[in-house]
Amino acid sequence: MTTTYEQSTNAIIQLDNIQKYFPVTKGLILRHLVGEVKAVDGVSFQIREGETYGLVGESGCGKTTTAKMVLQVEMPTSGQIRFNGKDIADFDADDRKLYRSSVQAVFQDPWSSLNPRLKVGSIILEPLLANQTMSKHEARENLERLLNDVGLHSYQADYYPHEFSGGQRQRIAIARALSLQPKVIVLDEPVSALDVSIRAQIMNLLKDLQKRYGVSYLLIAHNLATVRYMSHQVGVMYLGKLVEEAPTRELFTNPMHPYTKALITASLPSHPDIQREELVLSGEVPSPLNPPSGCSFHPRCPFVLDRCSREEPVLGELAPGHKVSCHLY
Amino acid sequence: MADTPVLDVQDLKTHFFTRTGVVKAVDGVSFTLMPGETLGIVGESGSGKSMTALSLMGLVPQPAGRIVGGKILFQGEDLVQKTQSEMQAIRGREICMILQDPMTSLNPVFTVGNQVVETVRQVKEASRFSLKDRAIELLQKVKIASPEDRMSNYPHQMSGGMRQRVVGSIAIAGSPKVLIADEATTSLDATIQYQYLALLKELQADTGMSIIFITHDFGIVAKMCDRVAVMYAGRMAEIADVRDLFNHPAHPYTEALMRSVPNVDEEVEYLYSIEGQPPALDNLPPGCTFAPRCPYVFDRCNEAFPDLIQVGDGHSATCWKLAGK
Repeated sequence: MTTTYEQSTNAIIQLDNIQKYFPVTKGLILRHLVGEVKAVDGVSFQIREGETYGLVGESGCGKTTTAKMVLQVEMPTSGQIRFNGKDIADFDADDRKLYRSSVQAVFQDPWSSLNPRLKVGSIILEPLLANQTMSKHEARENLERLLNDVGLHSYQADYYPHEFSGGQRQRIAIARALSLQPKVIVLDEPVSALDVSIRAQIMNLLKDLQKRYGVSYLLIAHNLATVRYMSHQVGVMYLGKLVEEAPTRELFTNPMHPYTKALITASLPSHPDIQREELVLSGEVPSPLNPPSGCSFHPRCPFVLDRCSREEPVLGELAPGHKVSCHLY
Repeated sequence: MADTPVLDVQDLKTHFFTRTGVVKAVDGVSFTLMPGETLGIVGESGSGKSMTALSLMGLVPQPAGRIVGGKILFQGEDLVQKTQSEMQAIRGREICMILQDPMTSLNPVFTVGNQVVETVRQVKEASRFSLKDRAIELLQKVKIASPEDRMSNYPHQMSGGMRQRVVGSIAIAGSPKVLIADEATTSLDATIQYQYLALLKELQADTGMSIIFITHDFGIVAKMCDRVAVMYAGRMAEIADVRDLFNHPAHPYTEALMRSVPNVDEEVEYLYSIEGQPPALDNLPPGCTFAPRCPYVFDRCNEAFPDLIQVGDGHSATCWKLAGK
C-alpha cells in the first residue's frame, strides 16, 4: 500500500511508505529469528510548515516508533523520510547536524526527561551551546528570552528541576526544545502526565509558540480531545498502519473508518446529556507479531465483509484530503 | 432507591503528621451515598480524593496518617471507630476497591485462578470444588472469554484490560454494597476503557451496588455518575447531581476546570486555562484554598474558608461568592 505524496511546497517533513520491523529472536547463544514485529508498516504522511500533525491510536499502534524515526533515534527498515524535499538517508554530516537541530522533542514525563543534577539554565542552554559558539552574555540573553517565552521567570534559571511542579517542568522541556529555533517539534503525549488544570496552560502555550515562531508539531497522543484541539491534520493509526487521515474538522465531523468511529464513540462525553451512537468494539488489539490477514482491523470490525479477511485495503482518497483504508468505501 | 444512605461521610478529616508539619490530605469532607447510586469524586492529584477512598477502606498509611475527625457511617455503623480486625470483615465483603494499575494489584507469582479462589474462600464458606466453580462464574461475569483456561494464566500473560477485569471479579466476589473505583480505567486504552465502563454499569445493574468513581476525568463523570463531588486541596468544592453540575457549576474551580478541558464534540479555538497551580497541602492559604487562582476573588475569600452553601436541591458549594446572593 503505497501512497506517494506529490511534493507540496510547504511540506517540511514527508514520510513515504515508512516501515519499521523489529526482529524477534529466540535462544541465548544460538540466536535465531522467529519473527518480526511490524511496528510501523507502510506509513506515509507529511507535516506542513507551521501546522500540527496529530497521530492518534491505542498503545502498540506504532505512533511512538514513527515519532522516533522522525527524530532519527530509530532508522526505518524501508521507506523514505524527506526533510525540505531531501531524503535524510542521503544526508552528509552537516545536513545531519542541521536536521538534528531543526527537529526537537518534548516527551511525556517531565520528571524523567530533565537531568536532576543540572540547573534549569544549563538544561535549556545545553542544545544551544552544543551547536553554536556564543559569549556568556549572549547565552544569558537567549536564556532569558526562552524562559520568558514559556512563562517562567529569569531568576528560576538557577533552580534545579525538582523545585518545579509538573507543568513548570514541561515548560522547561519546551524551552529546551525551542532553544535551537527548530522547524519541527515532536510532542510525544506532552500533556497526559499533567494535572487537568495544567493541561490547558501547556496546550495554549504550545499553540501560542506555534503562532509566534511558525514551528510545526508532530503530536503523538491517545486522547482525541487533545488532538482535536491542537492539530490541523490528523492521522489515525491501527497496528502499524495509517487507517484514516483527514483535516481535523473533517475527521471529527465525518469519520469514515470504523476504527475512527469507534475511537470517537469510546472517547468520553463532555456533558451527561450527550448520547453517542453505540459502537462497541469487541476484543483487544491483536499482537503485531502475528497480525490478522487482510485488513488488520477485521476481527474487531462491526461492519466486516467477506473480503476484509482476504484483501488488504488501500488508503484511498475519498474526499479532498480525506484518506481512508477500508473496503466499505 | 431507598431513603437511607448506605454510606454517610460526615466531616471526615485525614491528616498526615510529618517532620515538617501537618499535611491535611482530607480536611472536612462530607457526602452521602445511596444504594445503587454512582458518585464521582473528581479532583486533581493532591486533592485528597484517593485518601478519602483509603479512609473509607480503613487503609490510611500508618503511622504518619490518621483519621483525626469525622464519621464514616456505613449502614449506621461508624467505620472510624472499628478496629483493624473488624474492618477486615468489611473490606472485601461490604466495601471493595479497584485500583488504577492491575499489574500491581495482582500478585505476579500466583495464577489468576489462585487469586480469585483465594478471595472467594475469604468471603464465602464453601467446599474446594465449589470454590473453583464460583471463581469461574465470577470470571464469566466480568466477561473473560474461556474462563476455565484463563484460571491457569499468570497476570503477565494477560493484557491490561483483561487484568483489570480479573481485579473487577475479585472486587465483586463478596457481593459488596459499595465498590470504589480509584482511577480504575486510567491506564486502559480508549476502546478498552469503554468496554470496562460498560461492564461496571452492567455489574451495578445486576447487583444493585453503589459505586464511587475516583477520577480526574470529567468525561467519566458525565458518562457514569449520578452525583458528583469536586475536591480541591483536601476539601469539598462542590457537590451536586451530575446534570446540575454540568449545567450550572456553582464553584469557580468547577467552572474553570470544565472550561479548560478540550472536547471531542466541538471545536474550540482557545481553551480557558486556570493560572497557577494547586497549593501545597502543608502550607495552605489562610482563607479559601482556591482564592490565589480564583478570578472572582474578593476580601472575604482570604479571611476564612467558606461554608458549604446550598445553591439548589442537593447542590452545594464552598464559595463566598454564593453567600452574598
